[in-house]
Amino acid sequence: MKYAYYPGCSLESGSAAYDMSVRAVIEQLGFGLDELDDWNCCGATEYFSQNELVATSVIARNLALVDDQHDQLVAPCAACFLNLKKTDKLMAEQPKIRAKVDQALAAGGLRYQPGRVHVRHLLDVLYTDIGEEAIRAKVVQPLTGLRVAPYYGCQIVRPLNGFDNPEYPMKLDEMFTWLGAEVVDYPVKAHCCGGHMTQISEEHAFELIRRLLQSAADYRADLILCMCPMCQLNMDMYQGRVNNFFNTKFKLPIVYFTQMLGVALGIDMKKLGFGKELVAAEPVIRAKLEGQMAAATK
Amino acid sequence: MVAESHAAHLSQFMKDVIADTPGGQKVVHCLQCGSCGGSCPNGSEMDFTPRAVFAMIAADRRDAVLQANTMWQCVSCYLCTARCPQEIPITEIMYALKRMAIREGKAGGSDAPALAKTFTDFVDRYGRSFEFGIATRYLLFNKPLSMLKMGGAGMSMFAKGRLALTPTKIRQVKQLQAIIDKARELSNED
Amino acid sequence: MAEKIGVYVCHCGSNIAGKVDVEDIAKWAGENLDDVAVSRDYKFMCSSLGQQMIEEDIKKEKLTRVVVGACSPHLHEKTFRRACSNAGMNPYLMDLTNIREHCSWVHKDRAQATEKARALISAAVQRVKYQEPLEPMFVDVNPATLVIGGGIAGLQAALELADAGYHVYLVERMPSIGGHMAQFDKTFPTLDCSACILTPKMSEAGQHENITLLTYAELEEVSGSVGSFKVKIRQKARCVDYDACTGCGICVEKCPRKVLDTEFEAGMGNRKAIYMPFPQAVPRVPVIDQDSCIWFERQKCRACEKLCPTDAIKFDQQDELIDIEVGNIIIATGWKPFDSKKIPQYGYGRLANVYTSMEFERLCNAAGPTNGKIVMRDGKTVPKSIAIVHCVGSRDDRHNPYCSGVCCMASLKFGHLVLEKTDAEVYSFYIDMRTNQKNYEEFYQRLLGEGMRFVRGKVSEVTDAARMPTEQGKLIVQCEDTLIGRQQRYPVDMVILMGALEPQEDARELGLKCGISCSMDGWYTERHPKLDPVATMTDGVFVAGTCQGPKDIPASVAQGAAAAARVAGMITKGRVMIEPIVATINEQACSGCKICNNMCPYNAIEFLEDPGVSRVITALCKGCGTCVAACPAGVITGAHFNNKQIFSEIEGILWDALQPADDSSPQAEPVPASAS
Repeated sequence: MKYAYYPGCSLESGSAAYDMSVRAVIEQLGFGLDELDDWNCCGATEYFSQNELVATSVIARNLALVDDQHDQLVAPCAACFLNLKKTDKLMAEQPKIRAKVDQALAAGGLRYQPGRVHVRHLLDVLYTDIGEEAIRAKVVQPLTGLRVAPYYGCQIVRPLNGFDNPEYPMKLDEMFTWLGAEVVDYPVKAHCCGGHMTQISEEHAFELIRRLLQSAADYRADLILCMCPMCQLNMDMYQGRVNNFFNTKFKLPIVYFTQMLGVALGIDMKKLGFGKELVAAEPVIRAKLEGQMAAATK
Repeated sequence: MVAESHAAHLSQFMKDVIADTPGGQKVVHCLQCGSCGGSCPNGSEMDFTPRAVFAMIAADRRDAVLQANTMWQCVSCYLCTARCPQEIPITEIMYALKRMAIREGKAGGSDAPALAKTFTDFVDRYGRSFEFGIATRYLLFNKPLSMLKMGGAGMSMFAKGRLALTPTKIRQVKQLQAIIDKARELSNED
Repeated sequence: MAEKIGVYVCHCGSNIAGKVDVEDIAKWAGENLDDVAVSRDYKFMCSSLGQQMIEEDIKKEKLTRVVVGACSPHLHEKTFRRACSNAGMNPYLMDLTNIREHCSWVHKDRAQATEKARALISAAVQRVKYQEPLEPMFVDVNPATLVIGGGIAGLQAALELADAGYHVYLVERMPSIGGHMAQFDKTFPTLDCSACILTPKMSEAGQHENITLLTYAELEEVSGSVGSFKVKIRQKARCVDYDACTGCGICVEKCPRKVLDTEFEAGMGNRKAIYMPFPQAVPRVPVIDQDSCIWFERQKCRACEKLCPTDAIKFDQQDELIDIEVGNIIIATGWKPFDSKKIPQYGYGRLANVYTSMEFERLCNAAGPTNGKIVMRDGKTVPKSIAIVHCVGSRDDRHNPYCSGVCCMASLKFGHLVLEKTDAEVYSFYIDMRTNQKNYEEFYQRLLGEGMRFVRGKVSEVTDAARMPTEQGKLIVQCEDTLIGRQQRYPVDMVILMGALEPQEDARELGLKCGISCSMDGWYTERHPKLDPVATMTDGVFVAGTCQGPKDIPASVAQGAAAAARVAGMITKGRVMIEPIVATINEQACSGCKICNNMCPYNAIEFLEDPGVSRVITALCKGCGTCVAACPAGVITGAHFNNKQIFSEIEGILWDALQPADDSSPQAEPVPASAS
């Protein structure tokens, strides 16, 4: 079983911190993850809104590019994960769609046998394949005293994930208890961040973002853990405008779960992409963990 | 699930929706319970809730549905799909309605089709999406005012190195375009 | 001597004729099949005219065998056997082949359905030639009856039979009879006090001279068949001497170990380690819960033993197996509540003031943990608003597709109790209000008049995530009000989840022991859903109450009484006919290997030590054929299913293939017009 890595477009620029921390954490855990050569965009929701066949064909190109050496394709982004998985399923279950996708791929000299590649979300691989024991063994900086609010959002847990409860997921919660963090059990962890609504109906999108920030704040979280570029973007980049709009004073750092996992594994914060978020995370983390860091070094 | 031999009795609109949605046959079993409309993060913004849309589809109210904002308010969070007691693939039906609205030229009332088009035009050309380009182009043509409002956060993003100014182009962009062209051609055959 | 066979193909109105060319088949059989003397089709063969036709043919044409092509033998085998008997033919020389369920109802293509029906008729004609006359056997019916389950359905059945003068063994798994009804406060739609109408029946059952009460006991094993079942009951160790105990209750009072009562009190109250589930329990003999008793935990205490005035505490009591013999069995094992934690978005187990309906029953009950005061989990705050959520785990393909039937009415009852006892607002969130029994709709109207609020919409979620100050500290019920088409949020203090009724965890296992099956949903399958709702496919085993499907108290009582009436009928008759379709061992050829003895699922084969051979006990044999197939010497024969009969039947199905090559196949050539 070998793992191919599909970073997705957001991780190239807007969510570089996610990509940096994924690579750093994977390396620290001694795990192999090979970037898929010449992958293309998964189309987010936008191709599916216009043309189902084009959507599936564009996505299927990525599945077809996975070589014989690899049978797992790992995506860190929620939309990429769902689109890749959904396309594999559509091809397997809808013969009419498959026949046409086959023809489209053939136009590019490619072919894909549905079911050959297992599409996985990064959290699932870390939780299930690498697992508790291996991760616990590598923790050098426990996150003791840090209150983290795991945020799952939508497409990682719905509708196809198969590795966690779609309504009340727990895997990220569990992982952060391995790291010693205080995990906040707040009710909106699988609610919607608004997706692209910020572009279409801004005020409503602000309200959706506010609900998440409000609930995490009500439960006295120090920061929110994300595992999707869109969620991070919405809660981080728009936090200031949400504050202006609602006259609130949220100051919640929104970080990728891999960044905090990296901290626990003792990786240098710069290598994890800290500092790219608009609501600064480093001071909050340092304030909570400094004491122990000092105690540990004594 | 409605057997193929029974599909003849459905409204034309219902038949079309089922034909365009993988697993869509389940929609005939809608109980009108409203767990979709009650769950949707954007339910309060919709002209008609998904449940109401299904009733309208059954009643063949094609234009009223395809001109509504309902499907364009859908952000594909799949909460309705996960909760529907009849396991209707509601999110997929929303996608089908978006496609039908565009195809039939009825998607006038929302900015979402324009955003989708901007996005996929970039991918068609480069093979990757490109946040800065998409945002500026979309906003410039559709919401020039909000570009000003975004200015501050956009600048911060730029300063943090989170806005690339040039798109990444994949090596085999010709191959991707051949696939896309073929897929477009095939989908026009229906 | 060649047989003279009559073939009768039924139209069943259009049920068969709509998809099968019955007239053509009848003609074809008359012209092509050997030994067929008469071949006819008829609109309704089961009608008295149809039966008369067969009877007259038997007499006039001197028929020796009859084949009927019609519906399932479950429906009309008896009818046609009787017709043959009436005309003086042995009924086992008739074969009913099913061309309705097997052909017309399941095939779309007319030609193919006809082809298959024709093959089945041909098979029956070939087989019937070799059928042998058999004589039915009779067994005496043991007048005692086993009733499993002491809820309202089982109680009713037991009392009906006992009052008629027949002995009943009433087995109940819990320490007291009474079932779920004992947990309720009021009953809809009359608002009778549940205990007031139930406890008289309980004490009557407890004292009835014809009822042997076996509580805290479970069914272990059943053997035998209708008329004479042998049953093993496991009497679980109560650790209390049943006869010595006077029910004074001092042991319960003095027991120092308190545990959460997850059964009778649904987790809302406590009980002791030695306990009677409720004050009116029958029998008034407590049990010791060995999992929580201090003595069993660390060999200390024995307070109950020291204080018992009659020395009734017996720590060393063991489970006991009791053998009983009965003629009939009534299963009335009831239901279990849905686990509301399976729907995490409703918050049960996470949000304190979300209740299950059983919890709320206890909360309302004057004998419950709060003496009937409706208060929140803190034990003192009276809620100002309550939401009742319908269809929790019902009408939901992810859990149970069926409607649980009673929740709408129970919700109305809760609404009434809340409005009567508090000033709270009550909201009912429903998909469809189902109030379709006597006086139910009137009760709905009454609650509308009393100010209960109704919102048509399945609840999407219950959350404590407040969006605005008015929601702070509340439970917010979010749903679409489908009648106005808007998403709404209702901040309330308390939420009640109306969970589905589900089959008991071990329903399939118990069914297997008694030889009956469950539907896909897990409810016991009745013999016929409309015409035989309390009988099962196993003679002598009946079902009553919710174990057969969700139902309310009146329906459960009616079924209990109906099952008792069926059993009483069998007892009065005194003996039952059993099919003579049994296995026989050729004792001359038997090697005494004993393989069949161990294989027989009914323990119907004994081994005779002296000649060293096996023999079938005909009264126990069910004719299943296991031994026939297992016998290495091939010396066991199954009556009505011997090799000759089965192979002929197969040859009949393959009639086309067995014709000489130059013969054109019949379905390729149109059947010539009338030749009979």
